[in-house]
Amino acid sequence: MKLLKFLLVGMIFGIVMSKSEAMSWYRIQEMFRFQAFHMYGIIGTAVTLGVLGVLLIKKYSIRDFDGNPILFSPKEKSVWRYLLGGTIFGLGWALSGSCPGPMVVNIGYGFYTLTIVFFFAIVGTYLYGIVKDKLPH
Amino acid sequence: MWNLTFLLGAILGGFIASTMLSSGEPVQISEQTVKDLGELGFQPPTSLQPDELFSMKNAFTLKGFLILALGGLMVGFGSRYAGGCTSGHAISGMSDLQIPSLIAVIGFFAGGLLMTYLIFPLIFS
Repeated sequence: MKLLKFLLVGMIFGIVMSKSEAMSWYRIQEMFRFQAFHMYGIIGTAVTLGVLGVLLIKKYSIRDFDGNPILFSPKEKSVWRYLLGGTIFGLGWALSGSCPGPMVVNIGYGFYTLTIVFFFAIVGTYLYGIVKDKLPH
Repeated sequence: MWNLTFLLGAILGGFIASTMLSSGEPVQISEQTVKDLGELGFQPPTSLQPDELFSMKNAFTLKGFLILALGGLMVGFGSRYAGGCTSGHAISGMSDLQIPSLIAVIGFFAGGLLMTYLIFPLIFS
């Protein structure tokens, strides 16, 4: 069962998001008000570990579990899509207190009304597909 | 397929955390945040999420539903527009030292601060 490892990683993600409270609307508010180190600690340690991991992977050409090289592709260079897309995302992030991953973790946790948030997030991705040619990128 | 399996795992993870690993304590946010949220009409936390937004009762009032729907809509629209979310840009992108991801994160914060400081006082009393 090749997919089992993704289920396991997902479960670890769900547990960590819950125990670290990163899926709590209150924690996101605390973050945007700069009133605690908590969320910055989570994101900061993740990025620090990530930077180290990427450096090691690149330096030692570390391969994935199937033996394939791990490739990093530079993101398309532009400003507007990241700035505008990011701002719209941020508005939603503060309002709902969740990003896509935490939305489903919340549902599993027992906050079933996040299903509304998740459903409309999917609607949002479709909406983008419809209007994207009219948006600055 | 692996994406969906991961999401399923995340749901299970949340379930395990709440049924087997929970301390039962409400989230211990800073006193100042509790005070600021109090001014917007939010009671001090009794769990991980505010009832004011996420209880069944409030989620199905017109205003409550719109808040959840628009919040979700903007997260979905914004992440596809920006080509990533906090994990794609703030964590993975920044770990690879990508400038586009830094710009996205600046956007995330611009939006979050706008919502928190300008829009919340208008929608929450």
